[in-house]
Amino acid sequence: MKHTIGVLVENHFGVLARVSGLFSARGFNIDSLTVGETEDAEVSRMTIVAHGDDRVVAQIMKQLNKLIDVIKVVDLTNDELIDRELVLVKVSAPAQSRNEVMQIVNTFRAKIVDVNSKTLTIEVTGGESKIDAMLELLRPFGIFEVVRTGLIAMARKSELTAPPKQAGISTEVKGGVKNKSAAKLAKV
Amino acid sequence: MKLTGAQILIKSLEEEGVDVVFGLPGGAILPTFDALYDSKIKFILVRHEQGATHMADGYGRATGKPGVCLVTSGPAATNTVTGLATAYMDSAPLVCITGQVATTAIGSDAFQEADVVGITRPVTKHNYLVRDVHDITRIVKEAFYLARTGRPGPVLIDFPVDVSRATAEYEYPAEVSIRGYSIPSKGDPDQILKAAALINQAKRPCLYVGGGAVGSGAHKEVFELVEKTGIPITTTVLGLGIFPEDHPSSLRMLGMHGTVYANYSVQQSDLLIAVGARFDDRVTGHIEKFCPQAKIIHIDIDPASIAKTVRVDVSVVGDVRHVLKQLNKQVKDRRRDIRVWLEQIDAWKKKHPLKYKQSDDVIRQEHIIAKIGEVTKHEAIVTTGVGQHQMWTAQWYQFKTPRGMLTSGGLGTMGYGLPSAIGAQMARPNETVICIDGDGSVQMTSCELATAAYYKIPVKLFIMDNNHHGMVRQWQELFYRHRYSGSQLGASNPDFMKLADAYGIKAIQIRQADQVVPGIKEALAHKGPVLVHCLVSKEDNVFPMVPAGHALDQVMDMA
Repeated sequence: MKHTIGVLVENHFGVLARVSGLFSARGFNIDSLTVGETEDAEVSRMTIVAHGDDRVVAQIMKQLNKLIDVIKVVDLTNDELIDRELVLVKVSAPAQSRNEVMQIVNTFRAKIVDVNSKTLTIEVTGGESKIDAMLELLRPFGIFEVVRTGLIAMARKSELTAPPKQAGISTEVKGGVKNKSAAKLAKV
Repeated sequence: MKLTGAQILIKSLEEEGVDVVFGLPGGAILPTFDALYDSKIKFILVRHEQGATHMADGYGRATGKPGVCLVTSGPAATNTVTGLATAYMDSAPLVCITGQVATTAIGSDAFQEADVVGITRPVTKHNYLVRDVHDITRIVKEAFYLARTGRPGPVLIDFPVDVSRATAEYEYPAEVSIRGYSIPSKGDPDQILKAAALINQAKRPCLYVGGGAVGSGAHKEVFELVEKTGIPITTTVLGLGIFPEDHPSSLRMLGMHGTVYANYSVQQSDLLIAVGARFDDRVTGHIEKFCPQAKIIHIDIDPASIAKTVRVDVSVVGDVRHVLKQLNKQVKDRRRDIRVWLEQIDAWKKKHPLKYKQSDDVIRQEHIIAKIGEVTKHEAIVTTGVGQHQMWTAQWYQFKTPRGMLTSGGLGTMGYGLPSAIGAQMARPNETVICIDGDGSVQMTSCELATAAYYKIPVKLFIMDNNHHGMVRQWQELFYRHRYSGSQLGASNPDFMKLADAYGIKAIQIRQADQVVPGIKEALAHKGPVLVHCLVSKEDNVFPMVPAGHALDQVMDMA
């Protein structure tokens, strides 16, 4: 089953490599991974689409959580979620088929962003099924090039935000460590 | 007053209470070595950087305090990879500092440049590239904190030479702030109650305790749990020493070369209580056939260890010592309710004891190891290489003190023994440190004999010389029709007596059965390092053995 996972990470040098390295080292399958800054410049947010059975996905989440630079991990799959992808498609559109292609563009509320005598370049955003459906319809006309951003996702109801930086402060006391943050303690 | 980055680094190490650093200098780390020259920190010069990491690892495992190694860039840094991976697999606390080319040269394929942060990422708990002199103190503070807390592990700091020359004011932070890292401590009370309920009902319970209990310092709590409930206990190779093996409740080690009765007990149990252990394949055998009737309680500090390879019925995330303290308040004496089970286990113990066949003309490794155990009253710190001698040490030394057995359990790194013994001896100078190694394994890091000799580090190295890569030969005998491909060392071994002599180390040879005990005693009585060359029988096998891919109760026992 496909899972959409939201990950907040410290916006540090090399974080992307840690996350992608974890997936390859542990043999997890990754469908797409996107990353960008959040409202807080020190925090980046990744959306990872991965598939596997429940046990595999639980392991992925735990292993991600174990990375020091990972602040929070949430499986968005079961939440009502908004997911979007941006796709650019360059499709063959000589005079005789141009109208038909443009009809498809209109149907999907996509945009034409570049035109020349032989091709149209289309910009479309949406969830996975919409994108797949549109590409399927365009295929017979001859697709020259497709570029996809990968999925980004957000839950409708709950918020995925980073705790303030101080939340991780720990001072060592006699016989152990006093830790103010229990954010990542999992009850399994 | 402003200090250089190198001075700040060394001062930060002092602040962390570092008393010894293992390493080897080179171009990119020279400013740091220059600063080290003025420090009261003791420096141990190694012969190969892999040795430095194993020494730091041995220091860490012997104390729970991170061991520290300091090496230069490029090949030196890549030489640390095996040691880091070894420490990572076994959760040993260590901090490794590598030199790096100047930040302006990174990425240009400069002389002795390697992408060390990239290379070591999968074999460290965390790693850092220091890009600004102002970050040094924070990074050192975090590195030690990460290495030592939670599930411990190796942390690497890559230190570019220009950063070590830049200057800044020195101020050491009092606190660590990492919002993506928190340390489990006490267990969830509801989960504790659930676990206790299972324990108080089980008819055939069995404790399975691993290195996490050692790392957590939980030997008293483990002992109390066993004493209070009467539940039998088996340990992994990394758990050896957490519970005295001469105690009637001890089932000794389980797994591929564990005792028959430990494996039968686990396999037949109706409740397996895993404590700081991670269900390694060498422990479980065929995973689908592993303890088929048992419910499983898993207590571990690392949530990712839980339900990784086996299904778990009740999990408790927390520091083993704290969790057991909580649990011990809830559990009851089970001796009367599990009497039939305990009788069954006693019958297995009588029927399938650990054994080996004595003979007069050759010396068995088991015999020497058992005698080392007796002579040292089972209280020495023992390190090993990897192979037959390692498993026989696990079986026959009869451990009874925590942090008494230092061995590469997860990665299975040959060559771990001698350097880790040196590290452990530096950490605990007043104790007897013994390395039991094989003739194959020891040669991977035998250059560190020079280190032991130069600093007069009094480790006692017993080389079990059977002229083979013994464990490989055993598998080839049993599973590859006696085709000894690449496993015979034969005449290519050095004369180990002369080798010791070349390094200026006392050498003792044991070639007859009547020399075993006197040889051990002579070695222990000597003040400095000693190499004891033991000529042992050449083609013996470690039994019992559960062949890879079999269930734990499918035991070969031809001893």
